[in-house]
Parts: sequence; structure tokens; C-alpha cells
Amino acid sequence: MSESLIEVHACCKSFPTAEGKGSFQALQDVSVTVGRGEVVALLGRSGSGKSTLLRIMAGLIPYTSGRVTSDGTPLTGPNADVAMVFQSFALLPWLTVIENVEIGLEARAVGRFARTRRALKAIDMVGLDGFESAYPRELSGGMKQRVGFARAMVVEPKVLFLDEPFSALDVLTAENLRGEIDELWNAGTFPAQSILLVTHNIEEAVFLADRVLVLGSNPGRIRGEVRVDLKRPHDRNDPRFKELTDYLYAVMTNPAREIAPEAPATVPATPVGPPAVPRPALARPLPPVRVGTISGLLELIEDMGPNEDAAQIAARLAVSVDDFLAILDAAVLLGFATVDAGKVALSSAGLAFATAPIQESKNVFRTQVLANVPIVATIARTLAEKENKSMRADFFLDLLEEHYSDSEAREQFETAVEWGRFSELFEYDASEERVWLSEAPVSPA
Amino acid sequence: MTEEHVPPLPHSDPVRVAVRRRSFGLADVAVFLMTLALLAAIARVGAGTVVAFGPTHQLAAISLDAHNLPYYAGRSVLRMFVALLASFAFTFAYGYAAARSRPAERVLIPLLDILQSVPVLGFLSITVTGFIALFPGSLLGLECASIFAIFTSQAWNMAFSFYQSLRTLPADLEEASTAYRLSPWQRFRQLEVPAGMIPLVWNAMMSFGGGWFFLAASEAISVLNQSYALPGVGSYVAAAVAKQDLGALGWAVLTMAIVIVAIDQLFWRPLVAWSDRFRLDQTTGADAPHSWVYDLLRASRLPRRLRAALRPPADRVDRALERLTAVRTGAPRGRSASFETGFTVVLVVVVAALIALAVRFVLATVGFGEVWHALHLGLLTLVRVLVLLVFASLVWTPIGVAIGFHPRLAQVLQPVALFLASFPANFIFPFATLAFIRLHVPINAGSVLLMALGAQWYILFNTIAGAASIPTDLREMADDIGLRGWNRWRRLVLPGIFSAWVTGGITASGGAWNASIVSEVVSWGTTTLTASGLGAYIADATGKGDWPRITLGVGTMSLYVVGVNRLVWRRLYALAQRKYRL
Repeated sequence: MSESLIEVHACCKSFPTAEGKGSFQALQDVSVTVGRGEVVALLGRSGSGKSTLLRIMAGLIPYTSGRVTSDGTPLTGPNADVAMVFQSFALLPWLTVIENVEIGLEARAVGRFARTRRALKAIDMVGLDGFESAYPRELSGGMKQRVGFARAMVVEPKVLFLDEPFSALDVLTAENLRGEIDELWNAGTFPAQSILLVTHNIEEAVFLADRVLVLGSNPGRIRGEVRVDLKRPHDRNDPRFKELTDYLYAVMTNPAREIAPEAPATVPATPVGPPAVPRPALARPLPPVRVGTISGLLELIEDMGPNEDAAQIAARLAVSVDDFLAILDAAVLLGFATVDAGKVALSSAGLAFATAPIQESKNVFRTQVLANVPIVATIARTLAEKENKSMRADFFLDLLEEHYSDSEAREQFETAVEWGRFSELFEYDASEERVWLSEAPVSPA
Repeated sequence: MTEEHVPPLPHSDPVRVAVRRRSFGLADVAVFLMTLALLAAIARVGAGTVVAFGPTHQLAAISLDAHNLPYYAGRSVLRMFVALLASFAFTFAYGYAAARSRPAERVLIPLLDILQSVPVLGFLSITVTGFIALFPGSLLGLECASIFAIFTSQAWNMAFSFYQSLRTLPADLEEASTAYRLSPWQRFRQLEVPAGMIPLVWNAMMSFGGGWFFLAASEAISVLNQSYALPGVGSYVAAAVAKQDLGALGWAVLTMAIVIVAIDQLFWRPLVAWSDRFRLDQTTGADAPHSWVYDLLRASRLPRRLRAALRPPADRVDRALERLTAVRTGAPRGRSASFETGFTVVLVVVVAALIALAVRFVLATVGFGEVWHALHLGLLTLVRVLVLLVFASLVWTPIGVAIGFHPRLAQVLQPVALFLASFPANFIFPFATLAFIRLHVPINAGSVLLMALGAQWYILFNTIAGAASIPTDLREMADDIGLRGWNRWRRLVLPGIFSAWVTGGITASGGAWNASIVSEVVSWGTTTLTASGLGAYIADATGKGDWPRITLGVGTMSLYVVGVNRLVWRRLYALAQRKYRL
């Protein structure tokens, strides 16, 4: 582990925005090392730039500044030392399984016989023998990803890159394939020297990786590293396994917390870290979550009792960590819940919202949304001041576009409309793209 | 916060800002003025269509004064829109009948297939004589013939698109409309038309672009030894060619370009933006089509007022139609097997009789030798079409792929390709003809170039679309494993664009066959270049009014087109669907 294969030093990446009026900082000052013989996981929520970082290391996209080396040589163009497994499988639909697996060898000008021999071996390794001449569309999702693994492993890369390889599969299939990959790695005959895994699944990171790098958002950066000090294979029933996942949940639900590599079992209650930088009211993004979902979460927390672990709640909800954190964020933003040291508690408003009958809970929601969500309050106020109590959606979209990209602005607006509609503050006519104040609805005639 | 407090937004376009600042005033005035201008234009231009005309009084000659071009363009545009209206009416009736009745489907769909393959221009002679006889003593007959030619270039595509939408209605929506006992009219209005709207509008837009070609070819024609010219841009070009007036030709090309862009901006863009609400997948994409005219119309109060005023009478019509088409009670009737067999027998007999009649007519008048001659000429034209396809593909595929792989470039250049595809190539023919004469290019080769002027853009356009539709992850995968050069083309790019290329190839080859009728015989002033081919054969027979040869020529060309479609394109299409679907 002393020898490093891929080194990223002080790397930055920014994209120009769609209108060309500025740029978006995807990664800021990122340094990462992937050593020989280790499994490293990049863990982060969507928008943390983890896939961007992976693609920079694979040489698929250029970086803005910094230095990236692979096995000692600076990277220019696609990295020949790595092979990637894609979230969406990325199989060519017009090639059979064996042709898809051979394609990487073909690109490296391996002779036909050697190609077939090696491809058959790789197909055998992932348990797909008998399917050599099948086309991808005949295969289930799990089998498609096995082809994806075979295609990457057949070229015997120095580092195998896994870009959320299990997240497009159903839970059982994912679990099965994850276990098989882990077995292959632990057996010591794995056709790659290291693995770099990108994921937003905390359990998966702790199960597969020796080191978990936690990424933060806005801009994407490395927040810190947690070492998984378990014997391979990582045993899910080991109390330390639960400690590690709980710790990671705690740091993921609190962007301000500093990360300790040793992941102490008892998480300090008061978060340490820099105070949040004050931002303009509209620049604080709303998690794109429906009201019904928030209410579902609050009812579940109420059922499970006070101070439940976030990890526990996420497990009960059976949604992806990304989705779960977005729902939790929304509940916190609206003042319905508080999160402290990975434990979730309902506020009095949250309790009222979760338990009151529908009309009353709307009143609670309206109070909370007006007090805590500037964009909804702005829309309601603007409409109230207008003579005809209505306004074109463009107006609010333009306001939002000062802080967000086009598509983000639309998502923010849609969430605001959803919350405003539920609290009966205003109505929205999608075909006219017009917002109306609720008290005195003016018919579009 | 009121509107006056809004800080200036640098990136908003001026219309949106204007609309917002003075909430209603400006948008209303703009819409009002646009409506007035449109009505005035229609009244001015439409008055000319019913002018009397007969063998005794000749039509006013086409004036080459460029000042007349706006009026001529107006007449041409009017023709295009009347044809479009007729195409929509035909589409709803034909598509509905084909989709809702099994026996009708078995006649109508193969018929549509043949109509789509038949060279429209070959029929001009038949339709012109027919329509003149229908409206004796009025210019309306000629107008109708021209409109019919445009109609035939649009209607089949559109009807087929609507039929396919009806056949692929989401099953749950169909069940729901049955369960809630919607009357056929309600179904049609609330389910069937909306569900087919997006493909129909796209198809109509593409066909409308193709229609310009037929407009230009049908306004000024020689049929049965007599020349006719309707006031329009197409006949203006014909007159300019006869007088060898390059300047006038330039003005005509400019006018046409302006008209195409204006109709795209003022009519099709708003229509596409509006039809986006009929998407079945219920997601509101960020890349929804936008149109400044549509935004303006929505910002204005006038359309809403108008709609409110029209609502009561519209509701009354609606109710009447609902009552007329009330749901029949009782179990749905099935048709007996004997009825099906009887129907098939009748069908076969009718088709066989028709073919026998045509063959007898041709053999009795021109004989076998002439048939062989026509088949031989058809082969020559087929070779031209193939050469065109190969060259257009070799030239445009790499360019199209390069454009398609750069989303921003594609966004800018795809409308340009669409514009080039809808620009009537026959406006450019005179320039090319002049070049052929000056440079001594043999017309037998030159006509391929002329055919390509119109047809090649479909290849470019579809290749761009095909390349853009190759998923990013596949391209990343190819980068990751180091697929480069020819290997990359063979494994990723060519299979990836194959489906789109086939679509483009079918359209291009259809266009090329049609174009052969006007591009194998071209003239400049008194010089006429004639290539040997089936297109020239048909053009010649049409001019002379030689009915047996017209029948033989059109029949042979239809045979070739249908044959090539069945033997080549259909198989390629099936292969694309089976193996190369992304």
C-alpha cells in the first residue's frame, strides 16, 4: 500500500454554464491517492462531483488545474491503466456478450485467438458461461452488469473503476453481485491491483472499501477520510461495522462536521466545524421533495420514537441514501425535525404536522413554509401585491436563475410550487405557466 | 415586490422583458397588429384566385419585376396552407378509418404504402386536366391542381403517422375511456387526437418543407401541349429561366429563404411549442421547445378573450357531436370468418382486375418493346439514385457525426440542415444548369447532382440526429477502453447511427425518384438538356399528353420505388429495429 498508482494533486474542475455567462465549480482543490492493493470508495451525495473526479482520473474529461498522474506518468487523454464499469452498463446493443467483452482487447490489438481465450475466461469468472452469444437486450440488469465487469476485467487493468455499478440493479441482485465481486477480490486472484469505487451507498462503501473518502458539495471537495479497520471480508454483523456506518451517516447528515479517520464509536453531540456561510435567501436550495414524502418520514419518526438513528430510519424507509438525505434535509429546512449526531428528533411543529388531520396539517405547513422558505414566501407576497393576483412563471424563474442553472431553477420552482399548492398559498396553471394567488382565484377566461 | 422593482436581467430576451414590464399592453398590441396584417394579406392575395380564365383569355403573364415578388410569394404561401389544411382533414379521416376498422385497414394501409411510393409529379398531367374540367372557366381549377400536387406530397406521411399513433395508444388510457363510456367523438377529441399530436405536427412540418418542391414544380407546367402558369414564386422562377434573367432568380431565391424562415418562426415553432403539452410521458423536460411567438400569444389577453367568447358555441357543437356519436350498448360485434374470407376474395379480384386493365392498356397502345425501354430507362435512374445515396453518405456522414457529437454545434446547425432540406432545390436548378452548359458537364452525370441538391440534406439531418442520440456512456466507454480510428467507427459510430441513416436514406431516395422527373430535363432559355432516364421519359410524355406512355412511365417508376423499398429499405429498416436499436 506504500506505492501509489493514481495520484491527484490539488485538482480543480469548472464547467461553463449553459448560457455561457460564467462557470460552475465542480471540484475544488482535490487531492486523492489510490495505492496498490487497496479498495478506495468515493462517497458523496449527488452533486458532490464524485463522478467528475472518477472521470478525471480515467482521463475521460480534462481538468482545469492541478496534477493527475497514473503509475508515475502525467495523464493526457484516456488512462490506459484503468478500466471502468458503468452505472448504466454501457454495453453496445449490436454486439453479443463475447463481442462486448472482447472489444477492449480488440482496441489493444490482441490477436483473435488470445482474445477469445481471455474473453471466455473472464465470462467464466463472472458466471456468464452459456450466454456468450446472447445480445445485451436478452439479459437481465444483473447479467448485463456482469458483462460490464467481464469487459473491464479482461483487459487486466491496474485499477478497476466502479462508477456506482450496483445502483441500477434491484436490491437482491445488487447484493448478490457485490458479494461475488468481494469474494473475487478477497481470493487474491482479482485481475486488477486496486479498485476505486464511486457510490452514494454508505453500507456498500463500508462493505467493499478499505478507505472511504467523503466528498462534500458546492463546490465538490474531499471532506475527509474514514479507514475501515475491519478484517476482510467485512462482516456486517461486527459491531464495528455498524459503528462505521453510523459514523458515516452522522457526517453525511451534517455537512459542517469534521471527519476523524479513526471513526470514533461515540459521536460528539455538538457538531464542530466552521459556521455556515450566510447566503442570499433564494440561494439556499430546496430539496426537490414532495410534501407527502416529508409527511411520511415524519410519521415514521413518530412511530419509531424519539432520537432514532438516521441509519435506522433510512433502512426502514428502503430508499436510497441520496433520496433519504434529501427528505431529511427538507424536514429540517421546514423546521419539522432536528438532526444531531446522526440522531433525528421531531420538533413540536413536526409532531403537529405528522399527527393533525389534513386541513390542520396544511395550516401548520403553511406557517412553517412562510417562515422558513424564502422563495415560497416571495411568490406569495408578490402575488398579493399584484392587482390581478397572478404572475407569469418566467418572472420567478428569472429570479431563481440568478443563483441556479436553468434546469436547477426549474426544479427549485417546481418544488416551491408543490409546497405552495399544498399550503393553499397559490395555484399554478402549467399550460399557461402562470401562478395565481389562492384567496381570490381569477379564472383564466 | 412589484414588477417595477425587478432588477434588469441581462440574459433575458427583449420580448420577454417587454412582456413583463408592461404586463399586457405591448403583447396585446403586437398580437392585434399581427392578426390584422394576416387578415389583410389573406384578403389581398386570396382575391386573385377566382379570376376567370379560359382558352379564350390568356393568363396575365408573370412579371419579372421584383416588386411583384411579395404578392407572388403570398399566393404560393396561400396554396401551401390550403394544401396543409386539406392534408390535416384527410389525415384525420383516413387515419381514423384505417385504425378503427379492420376491413378498411386492409385496403387503406397498403394503398397508403403505394401512394407514398408513387412519383407525385408524374400525376400532374392527370390531375391538371381533371381539375380544369371540374372548374370550367375559372383559375380555380389550376389552383386546385397545384394545391393537389402539394397535398399529395404531404398527406400520405401525415395520415400514416396519425394511424400509427392510434394503433399505439397506451392501453390504460384506452381502457379508461371505454370504462368511462366516452362517446367516439369524446374519445377522438380527448384521447386520440391529443395522443397523436406531437408526431403529427413534426410530420406535418417536415412534409410542409418537402411541399415547397412540389409547389415550385406545379405552378408552371406544360401539360398536353399547353403551358400554364399560376401567379406564384414557382412560376416566377420558370419565367426567369425562360428569359435567362439571373438577377430575377436571385430575388426569387432570397424571397423563398425569407418565406421559409418566416413560416418556421411564425407558424411551426409556436405549433411545436404548443403541441409539447400533449406529451404522453408526463415529464416536463427542461428542453421543452420554445417559441417567442407562442410566448407572445400567451402573454397577450386577446387570445384568452377570444377563446372565452368562442367557448359557448364550441360547447354546443361539442354536445351535438357527442349525441350523434353516442356509445352503442351491447357487446362489441365481431365479424364472422366468412365475411373476412369474402372480403379478401373481393380485394384480390379488384386488384387483379386493375393490374390487368393497366397492362392491357399499355400493351395495346405501345407494345412490349416500349415496356422494355421504360424498364431500361428505370434502371438508369435507379443507378443515379444509388450513386447519389453513396456519395451523399460518404460526404455527409462524417460531417453529420462530427456535428452530432457536439451538442452545442448540433443545436445551431440542425435547424440549418432542416432549412436546407425544406428549401426547394428546383430554385437552384437554373444556376446548376447554367454551370453545366458553361462547363460542358454531361447532363447524364449532372442530373445526379441536381437530384442530390434536394435529397442529400435528409442524410445530413438524420446523421446529426443519429450521432446525437448515441448515449454519452457508450462514447465514454469507447474512450475508456481506447477504441480509436476505424475500430471506433466500425464498433460504435456506424452501428449507432444506422437506424437514423436508414430513415434518412428512405426519405432521400424517395425525394430523388421524384426529383428525377424535373432534374433529368432542365433548360436555360432555349437550351434544354435531356438525360436518358425514366424521369425524362415521364416529363416528355407529360408534356406531349401521351397517355399510354404517361401510364407506363409512372407505373414503371412506382414499380421500381416499391420494389427497392420492399427488397432493400424494408429489410434494412427491420435490421435496424432488430439489431441496431439503441
